[in-house]
Amino acid sequence: MATVEKDSVSGQNTTGHEWDGIKELNTPLPKWWVYVFWATVVWAIGYWFMYPAWPLLNGYTQGSLGYSSRGELAMELDAQKKARSTWLSKIEASDTGAIEKDKDLLRYAMAGGKIAFNENCAPCHGAGGVGVAGAYPTLADDEWLWGGTLADIEQTIKYGVRNANKDTRVSEMPKFGVDGVLKADQIAAVADYVVSMANKAPAKGSAGETVFAENCAVCHGEDGSGQAALGAPALNNQIWLFVKGNKESVAAQVNNPKHGSMPAWAERLDASTIKMLAVYVHNLGGGK
Amino acid sequence: MSTPKIDPTLKKPASGDGGGPLYAETVMIHPRTVKGIFRTWKWAAMAVLLAIYHIGPFLRWDRGPGAPNQAILADMAGRRGYFFFLEIWPQEVYYITGLLFIAAISLFFMSSLAGRVWCGFLCFQTVYTDLFMFVERLVVGDRAKRMAMDRAPWSADKLAKKVVINLVWLVIALSCGVGFTLYFGDAPTMLVDIFTGNESSAVYSAIGVVGGACFLLAGYAREQVCLYMCPYSRFQSAMFDEHSLIVTYQDWRGEPRKPARKTETFDNRGHCIDCKMCVTACPTGIDIRDGIQMACIGCALCIDACNTMMDKFKLPRDLIVWDSISNVAAHAKGEPGKVRLIRPRTIVYTVLITLVGSLIVGSLASRATTEVKVIHERSPLYVQMSDGSIRNGYVVKVSNMVREDRGYELEVQGIEGASLSVIGGEASGAKAHLTIAPDAIGTFNVFVNAPVNKLSGNRTSLVFALREDKEGHVTRADSLFAAPEK
Repeated sequence: MATVEKDSVSGQNTTGHEWDGIKELNTPLPKWWVYVFWATVVWAIGYWFMYPAWPLLNGYTQGSLGYSSRGELAMELDAQKKARSTWLSKIEASDTGAIEKDKDLLRYAMAGGKIAFNENCAPCHGAGGVGVAGAYPTLADDEWLWGGTLADIEQTIKYGVRNANKDTRVSEMPKFGVDGVLKADQIAAVADYVVSMANKAPAKGSAGETVFAENCAVCHGEDGSGQAALGAPALNNQIWLFVKGNKESVAAQVNNPKHGSMPAWAERLDASTIKMLAVYVHNLGGGK
Repeated sequence: MSTPKIDPTLKKPASGDGGGPLYAETVMIHPRTVKGIFRTWKWAAMAVLLAIYHIGPFLRWDRGPGAPNQAILADMAGRRGYFFFLEIWPQEVYYITGLLFIAAISLFFMSSLAGRVWCGFLCFQTVYTDLFMFVERLVVGDRAKRMAMDRAPWSADKLAKKVVINLVWLVIALSCGVGFTLYFGDAPTMLVDIFTGNESSAVYSAIGVVGGACFLLAGYAREQVCLYMCPYSRFQSAMFDEHSLIVTYQDWRGEPRKPARKTETFDNRGHCIDCKMCVTACPTGIDIRDGIQMACIGCALCIDACNTMMDKFKLPRDLIVWDSISNVAAHAKGEPGKVRLIRPRTIVYTVLITLVGSLIVGSLASRATTEVKVIHERSPLYVQMSDGSIRNGYVVKVSNMVREDRGYELEVQGIEGASLSVIGGEASGAKAHLTIAPDAIGTFNVFVNAPVNKLSGNRTSLVFALREDKEGHVTRADSLFAAPEK
């Protein structure tokens, strides 16, 4: 059994352990450390009573302060809502045109609209409204299927395109080929004419011109400049969505048209968010 | 096993000759108060430095309406630094780098000329330690009384004195903390808010951290800071050479040392009477007679202590004196010494200080008051318009670094037929007019349209030129115009 002895230099007892003549001092922990240790123990006991601490069979001890991290989050969200309310109430009270004229409101709407756009619209239309060729229209150029004014954009966002909402935008292009309205040679001719129109050199006097005037012009316009009210795109430029700009793809679209669809966002988003979205999309560059 | 014999009263580390323990307890140092020229200089330095520190935030400087009128201010929330007539934006923080560089070289310069003047007289650790010791002396008394109180068992008197000392220290330390925070906000308002409990928790935390550090470092850590925490004492030897003026003991004159007796003269012996006044006066507790050492902070209080004794014994002064190592060697040989201030080392430091100083002054004098940054929009990289032209989006950020409204004419150059438009602004052709509030950054979403046939491939370089309305100075930013591959 090891013997405890007093060390002559430090005045401390040894532990009695000895290795190769080296003895281990039994120096006590520093007092400040011990005091801090006991203080933390006292603190912890206080904490049990003040804060949620112990799990029970059906729940947990709530603590006298009634704190919960969920409650804290709710409080923070409330505070945030309050902080935003000055701006949001202004947005709510103004129409989109007035928002664009007020520089501060415009800045706020652009920032809020960008966030809402990235969360809700960007999955299809791409960040910055870049669009996806053959699927989702670009929102940054100056051609609009359903109109590029603030009111048009707001309307489209609210009620969407070809969905179950009763106010949705609905019109569709007839299936000229599939339904037997036009024969194959007529479709080929009109496709040729549309391509020439897009290249700004409409083939005057061609068979295609006649077919176009009789079947297409009612929606797309005599000169192919389109009609936003019906969602009929302009055909006299190089911006295409479902078509690649050559004869084959135009003919395919005339034969059995593809159509896009978009949800009615009024069912999911509040009015001020939609206003901010409209302002943001309008300012992506192509707004009219 | 026989235990080696160890003297239980031994508190000093063994001198390496074996036998003693390598362990030494830290002993609280209570330096003796001395009188003399260097002590006077130290009081003066303390007064001037503390005055600068505490008066600094209250100096005013008129910068016009809407701008802070505090002469020295680090406005973190507003992201500006103010120093009298200067106003620095965050991106110009390199001026501070230059200033720190000058500070470092000045420290080296000072050290190579005259030793650790910084450590002994100017460092805040020295200033506050000195002040804290002064408090101890007022409450308890000089060295002997303080040591006696340390040894004495606890009593009501000792407790009362300790409490008073610590309270006064705390007041000084907290005012140090308050003084620090006042540089970060409007000082008079902040001072009122601090005492009425209306300041933010960040300010109180800063006061606590700075004040707490001051209290612990100057009250309890003291010379341990210089010995173990501060890196400067470790590399001071790299600044010194044999011509640097440092606190030296003239051993050729002092040795052999011997206590003085009235019956004996000072013939055939050294002038050092081994009174240990120099040791007891030393704030780091060293013996200067051992020669130059890391723990010497160059405060020169031993010089004052020794000169007092020399005067008493009617011996010549300056047994301990500010002198160079080479001079001490020369004196030992009976030759007069020579003070060499101009040496390669000091010349290099002077050149460096002048160089960096003039760089800073030069760049401040020609400091641009407008900065423009252009960020090319990447999503979408480009957009084809219905008329066949290509459009790119840009975010143009213009910093107006003066305190008045400024108008600028923005123009895109480099692509023929390019036109621009600004969201929420007006533009015509390749030009647009932007207005920016005083001392602010204007952010503009700009679209540039360009005809396809004027573009060279998928990247065409483009320059945004910004012409200030009144003075007409032009700031340019390079960017590029993206287009689809032809």
